[in-house]
Amino acid sequence: MSFQTEKKGLAGIIAASSVGTLIEWYDFYIFGSLAVIISTKFFPAGNQTLALLSTLATFAAGFVVRPFGALFFGRLGDLIGRKYTFLLTLVLMGLSTFLIGCIPSYESIGIFAPILVLVLRLLQGLALGGEYGGAATYVAEHSPAERRGFWTSWIQTTATIGLFVSLLVIISVKGSMSESAFGDWGWRVPFWISIIMVGISIVIRMRMSESPLFAKAKAEGKTSVNPLKESFGHKLNFKFVLLALFGATMGQGVVWYTGQFYALSFIQNTLSVDVSQASRLIMWSLLFGTPFFVFFGWLSDRIGRKWIMMLGMLVAILLYRPIYTAMYNAGSVKLKTEITAKTTVEVNTAADPKIAGDSIRTTTTHKFYEDGTTYREINKLHLHADPSKADAAKDVNVTRTVNLDSYSFWQLVLWVFVQVIFVTMVYGPIAAFLVEMFPTRIRYTSMSLPYHIGNGIFGGLLPAIALFLTTKASQANEAAAKLGEALPYDKPYLEGLWYPIILGAVSLIIGVLYINGEDNRTED
Amino acid sequence: MNQIRKYMGLVWIALALVAGYYLIVSQAIPKFESPKPEDRIPAIIYAFILTPIIVGGLLVFGYYALIGEYDIYEDPDHHLHIKED
Repeated sequence: MSFQTEKKGLAGIIAASSVGTLIEWYDFYIFGSLAVIISTKFFPAGNQTLALLSTLATFAAGFVVRPFGALFFGRLGDLIGRKYTFLLTLVLMGLSTFLIGCIPSYESIGIFAPILVLVLRLLQGLALGGEYGGAATYVAEHSPAERRGFWTSWIQTTATIGLFVSLLVIISVKGSMSESAFGDWGWRVPFWISIIMVGISIVIRMRMSESPLFAKAKAEGKTSVNPLKESFGHKLNFKFVLLALFGATMGQGVVWYTGQFYALSFIQNTLSVDVSQASRLIMWSLLFGTPFFVFFGWLSDRIGRKWIMMLGMLVAILLYRPIYTAMYNAGSVKLKTEITAKTTVEVNTAADPKIAGDSIRTTTTHKFYEDGTTYREINKLHLHADPSKADAAKDVNVTRTVNLDSYSFWQLVLWVFVQVIFVTMVYGPIAAFLVEMFPTRIRYTSMSLPYHIGNGIFGGLLPAIALFLTTKASQANEAAAKLGEALPYDKPYLEGLWYPIILGAVSLIIGVLYINGEDNRTED
Repeated sequence: MNQIRKYMGLVWIALALVAGYYLIVSQAIPKFESPKPEDRIPAIIYAFILTPIIVGGLLVFGYYALIGEYDIYEDPDHHLHIKED
């Protein structure tokens, strides 16, 4: 086969595999991106059972179920083949997503609504756990060894493009209708769109042939009879699973989640930037950064996978604190000069529609800054007719929204883009790296588990642990301020970064010491 | 270098124990004691899923490193390999 023919054939395979994986990521992300509206429809506040189900949907599907999906579908992929397994994960994901968009709200069918959402969300997590390993293995097994990094890097772009597309679809749907229509039924449209994309992808994937290496192994009777036992029950392979997990995917997972998700959370929560502006900001950074997945995949074919990934982890752990300090300096209104003459304050008091006799006093403050940034604070105070029911902790609800000026906006785009570059360094070559670590007969199972523990668990934990560290630091500062003592934390908003920094450093040391950059174990 | 790889095995074993202590004492127990029922889910995840993976995984990894399972040797063609027998 000539290089051009091979290239053309491979490009078709990559496109077909990548589109399906992209759709799976899209499906997975729209739930997260629409989490606020979903919680109002299915998990309304004030009910403890619903709060429990909501937490379960977030935690369980976000990271606990994914490794189980990796085990279940990985085993299936090593037994019956890659093609049918990742076709199955696509159908499961597509149907679950579509059905989430069809579930009547809690108001219509009560407790069944959140239970159905939870079940479908769990199925999404299972499907995602099975999809990535299949797609990466399938593409890698079609690629020539010397260009495996380049070809598999296209699969690596799908997670980022999936997030990009999900944000784009949500913004477009929101923009095409009124806010109330979006709140009523429009939020379901991104879920329904999925079924069309999945349908097209299924047709494409049905036409694809089985991976040549797996087909050959099957024809020769060399496939595994018990992939789980062979992968994790034998020291010879299990030690490589542990090495892949602690020396590569753990560090990669935290760098990825910091660059794409913690950055967004920091911009929205710490800097209080308006949700749409924050989404646009992340979209630009992803758009500029995505080609670097392919670049680092290509580079890994030339200089090896290990050192690109290790360098990515090193620069990330060294630069996270300076980068987030720069982001804070660029976006925080506390550091901007206010035009006090322009400040407006409106106070309205209206009867509370839920409790007769009570009222809500809403104070809206608008502030303007010299660089063009605007700030809006809405302070809602519940005034009780019966003063004994007053509760200072529950009666005040404050929402802050910052709309950044153009210069601050692009500064933040730059800093998120730099973090996306770190992501592309650790994530671009990792599919080829994992594939080369394990033999064909147990590859799908062996590579899927460390990938989903590294990303789903170590990465997925990041928001919760980072929030815990930041809150603890802020509380310590507040306590010290009350006592008139010196503040123990200079920059409490940076404390959450210790989680990715420490895990990244451990992974870096393990990777540098134990991963042999020259060798790959593949027998093919 | 293989000596360092072996001795570092002790560090990974110690790290497993520190991580286990942190996850149980700082994360899981306060959440189990929380009055909010929804805090039980992360507590269960910390105690019964994360801790076994992190502690168990790092302990086994450290032990393998200590007994030389990750030693890298050079073959006659000057290629480097991790022990595979």
